[in-house]
Amino acid sequence: MSDSIPEVEDVEIEIHGSNSEVLFGCPVSYSMGQTVIHPSRSHWLQVATNLLNDGYNMCVDLTAVDYLSNDTRELPEGIVLERFEVVASFVSHERAERLRARVQISGSDPTIDSLYEIYPGTDFLEREVYDMFGITFEGHPDLSRILMPEEWQGHPLRKDFDVGAIPVQFKYPQGEKYD
Amino acid sequence: MIDSPEKQVVTSQLGKLPKLDSVLRMSEVQAAEAGSSAYQNDDETMIINMGPSHPSTHGVLRLMLELKGEMVLRSKPIMGYLHTGMEKTGEELTYLQGATNVTRMDYASPLFNELAFSLAVEKLVGMEIPERATWIRMLMCELNRISSHLLFMATNGMDLGAVSMMIYGWREREQVLRFFQKVTGLRMNHNYIRPGGVAADLPPGWEEDVNSLMEMLPPRLEEYDTLMTNQPIWRERLQGVGFLSKEEALALSITGPLLRSAGVAWDLRSTMPYLAYDQVDFDVLVGSYGDCFDRYSIRLNEIRESMKIVKQIVEKMPEGDYRVQDKKITPPPRARIDESMEALIHHFKIFTEGYKVPAGEVYVAVESPRGELGCYIVSDGSSKPYRMHIRGPSFVNLQVLPHMLANSQIADAVAILSSVDPILGEVDR
Repeated sequence: MSDSIPEVEDVEIEIHGSNSEVLFGCPVSYSMGQTVIHPSRSHWLQVATNLLNDGYNMCVDLTAVDYLSNDTRELPEGIVLERFEVVASFVSHERAERLRARVQISGSDPTIDSLYEIYPGTDFLEREVYDMFGITFEGHPDLSRILMPEEWQGHPLRKDFDVGAIPVQFKYPQGEKYD
Repeated sequence: MIDSPEKQVVTSQLGKLPKLDSVLRMSEVQAAEAGSSAYQNDDETMIINMGPSHPSTHGVLRLMLELKGEMVLRSKPIMGYLHTGMEKTGEELTYLQGATNVTRMDYASPLFNELAFSLAVEKLVGMEIPERATWIRMLMCELNRISSHLLFMATNGMDLGAVSMMIYGWREREQVLRFFQKVTGLRMNHNYIRPGGVAADLPPGWEEDVNSLMEMLPPRLEEYDTLMTNQPIWRERLQGVGFLSKEEALALSITGPLLRSAGVAWDLRSTMPYLAYDQVDFDVLVGSYGDCFDRYSIRLNEIRESMKIVKQIVEKMPEGDYRVQDKKITPPPRARIDESMEALIHHFKIFTEGYKVPAGEVYVAVESPRGELGCYIVSDGSSKPYRMHIRGPSFVNLQVLPHMLANSQIADAVAILSSVDPILGEVDR
């Protein structure tokens, strides 16, 4: 056991070493020419605050993706792939720049800090993600369902939530059965 | 690990919302209880519902208003009445079918939805579309912006009691839709802009049609000026009503004419150009007071700016193909199917299986008449999007309602709601 601890530390150093690019303290990747940062869940609020201070004055979009049945993700080294991802797009009006952040959120504990304090415009967007994915935003003033009825069970945009259909009642001739 | 910023440290934008308490953070059950006990407690406030089937809620928006006499204290927009799970449906449709789904979201400006979706798919595939297709897209989108703003003129007039304006606005819009019908076959929900280009080339004689539209509109817009802009009653109803500050708008992620009315010159067409907007000349209109009148006049004058763009497009429209000649994406011409077995198979394969899009994720935004319309697509390499998310500008813009409604008269609530111009199909998706 004692041998394995230095190895883990080595990996840590590699991630944030000169080999991988770092922006706002997060690993960076580029998707179709768009800059994507990968903050960890625990640093999410801090990273968002830094983004605001750096001139990204608007959080235009916040959504989530359920990667339950998609194993094609290619993320920078050191990012632990989790089931959910919260994806937020920021825009800087001064520099006319966009930046996207993808935060990994585990399926067993789908919680993340709310951006409401920093970007109040995420109010409805976080409620929508909560409604559709069941991801809880801690610190949101009114985390309730926004599109689905209040008493609805389940979270429709999760991949294990079936596409809705009302079963059709067929009548078969007696003794016959179709598969 | 975290860089320490050198600039002045801001940790919250909440301070930029002076009317922060204006949001009614209350569930429907709580509101019902509060409403029934209002008189017993001798509390002078009352919670009432406006909508979901109120003529001025532009669809099925419901507003929970806390009133003190005629004054609105706090409010909360409640939506979802039109929610049909279009993002979930989008995961079940191929990229070819996807445009038919998204076009139904913002039904007053369907071409913008198709455009955002198509641009996102094209970016994932990494395809270059022909120049003519780009310019046709621009032409159709600008005409769509005109028709959408004309619809706003009509409904805004109707909400404020200028009922004759409703007839005029719809009349002019119908002329634009007639051109759409000629080009795409449908008045609305066109499925005209598709990944790879557009569905069909412009019909012969389209220049005359567009030119006659451009000749028809200016005198009508002057009529609107006479009927509304210069009319004292109209100004009384709109000026100084529904004030929105620059800081509030930015903090609440507001985009489109609402943001510009607050004095922020942010229009994706000019600040982050897509299509060929960098090759046309137009102005971004900015308001100075951030009231309902600014929002009205910005939309009215954006019609004029769009006409300016349309005239330039008619002059500059390049010749060439209207869709990309990539056999993987473009179905064969209809006439070839009758004579070639391979073309028939090709056609069948494309429409049953669709085409595969490389794995990846992309966010593309366009400036719709209501603000930033974004499309976020995650592909897993199959022929259907793994996740298709539309960032509806109306949905985000509705957040501003409680802040604008706070401490206004209930009669002004209709004017304020109307000036936000939400399309509920896009809000609920």
